Amino acid sequence: MSVAIRPAVAEAPWVRRFVIGAAVLSLALLLLLPLLAVFTEALRRGLAPALAAIVEPDALAAVRLTLLVAAIAVPVNTLGGIAAAWAISKFDFPGRRVLVTLIELPFSVSPVISGLVWVLLFGSQGWFGPWLEARDVRIVFALPGLVLATLFVTFPFVARTLLPLMQEQGRAEEEAAATLGASGLQTFRHVTLPNIKWALLAGVLLCNARAMGEFGAVAVVSGHIRGETNTMPLHVEILYNEYQFVGAFAVAALLALLALVTLLAKGALEWLTGRRQGVETP
Amino acid sequence: MRMTRRSLLAALPAAGSVPVALAQPRPAAAQGATLTLLNASYDPTRELYRDVSAAFAAQWQGPPAVRVNSSHGGSGAQARAVIDGLPADVVTLALAYDIDAIAERGLIAKDWQQRLPHNSTPYTSTIVFLVRKGNPKGIRDWGDLVKDGVAVVTPNPKTSGGARWNYLAAWAWAREQPGGSDAAAERFITELFRHVPVLDTGARGSTTSFVQRGQGDVLLAWENEAHLARAEFGEDRFDIVHPSLSILAEPPVAVVDRNVDRKGSRAPAEAFLRFLFTRPVQEIAAKRFYRPREADLVAANRALFPELRLVTIDEAFGGWATAQRTHFGDGGSFDRLYRPR
Repeated sequence: MSVAIRPAVAEAPWVRRFVIGAAVLSLALLLLLPLLAVFTEALRRGLAPALAAIVEPDALAAVRLTLLVAAIAVPVNTLGGIAAAWAISKFDFPGRRVLVTLIELPFSVSPVISGLVWVLLFGSQGWFGPWLEARDVRIVFALPGLVLATLFVTFPFVARTLLPLMQEQGRAEEEAAATLGASGLQTFRHVTLPNIKWALLAGVLLCNARAMGEFGAVAVVSGHIRGETNTMPLHVEILYNEYQFVGAFAVAALLALLALVTLLAKGALEWLTGRRQGVETP
Repeated sequence: MRMTRRSLLAALPAAGSVPVALAQPRPAAAQGATLTLLNASYDPTRELYRDVSAAFAAQWQGPPAVRVNSSHGGSGAQARAVIDGLPADVVTLALAYDIDAIAERGLIAKDWQQRLPHNSTPYTSTIVFLVRKGNPKGIRDWGDLVKDGVAVVTPNPKTSGGARWNYLAAWAWAREQPGGSDAAAERFITELFRHVPVLDTGARGSTTSFVQRGQGDVLLAWENEAHLARAEFGEDRFDIVHPSLSILAEPPVAVVDRNVDRKGSRAPAEAFLRFLFTRPVQEIAAKRFYRPREADLVAANRALFPELRLVTIDEAFGGWATAQRTHFGDGGSFDRLYRPR
């Protein structure tokens, strides 16, 4: 009796076509269609009103604020994420599992709560509120609060992208470097970093996308002051509520474009680096 | 950033390189400072305060020059934000209860409502019905809202100031009917909310549901919000129905004492609120569909503001504190009567 082993890739053609078709269709429906709708709505009355909505002072302030918050939060979380992933995957210490769980905490907490905790800590009625107020330091309803909320929400992205890879890679290479007399920093630069750079890039981009797009947590700590504490997602909501639909979708389209540019930058970077090194990119 | 550019501009004529007319600094720019007041307001006043703030800045005799920035949100949420440290110089909210909540934390003097004319309420509004063009369901009064097949759109009274006015207006009408009583009002409210398919969190959200997404046959709305929706989306699409009786909605204003004293902005903040009671702002209010306090302006705009019987929160419900506790607090009448469908 012989058993016919059918390779997994040799499905009947109709099955393959069906699966591919379903994937393409759901991608188109769930990703492309909404994106298309954003741009269509933005350009409903032509290019000029859409551009006018973007160069309007409050919108520009929102763009600046969003970029500033991301410019602070992303580097901090990149360093923090690398440090956490490195510590967890390359060293043994008590509390490792607790640390892994802690890193994932922001994923499991509702963004509204992620914003509210900062109000509870640093708001006027909060734990440190009166102390801060006496020194004229403003955290919530100002830039520091927006940065803190964004940091909290986006912390897991870099660490969570790096961890599985670094755990899989094991410690053999680092241990070899150590026996050859390399310092910790040298080991990291010449051994660990080259191994993780693509995962790191992916993590940083995800982190950036979320940092620019975060709504819930930021809405709680923003205070919605025009031209001062409204980030782009908040500005979109405000315009929408003011019946300025073209403006709302124009700013939303800009936000989407920023995300697309980041993705393209990632693709270009991978392609360039891959070609120079003659290495296949993952 | 903005500051640097201005002082740069101010410095340029001294260098003699720019025509003076172009770079002529306004008196305040020469002082190098513009004081920014923050007005924490509720959702539907965005358009109103955009005009009022510009008018105030234009007539203000500095120094320092003053501009008024604003922050909008649900009335209760805005009160909470001020309590938590939002540095508002003035609050212009949907109902006195929300300002009382701030006063309770010591940020505003307890007697705030006596500090300005008309109970510190520069304009009023009321609750009306916005219906589809031609009023296909024949809605004339509150009683018509509970007819078969009528779907009513109103926000959640737990989160929206406007929704609380809606709720109390309905209650007041039911109690005023022949043989009316609080028990009859409870039955009417129970029936009314059976006709509400979904509760949005805020007044603007409900308007969008009704106007943009085409939900429901009638929207319970601020009179100003109903007029604005018609102006924005087409008078040929919606009609406004004034019921026989509604509530006098008084959205009050107050200076946030602790914030202005810390910031040294009491004088302009108080001037801004006094400005709200002057003729120019009363005219802006009428243009933005709020009922002005000045009777001749109301009379001049009778088409917008028809006469109808208006009850006040004090005479019909014994003030906001009582109304809030009886109807919207935990275990209040809304909790007992509302059953989500």
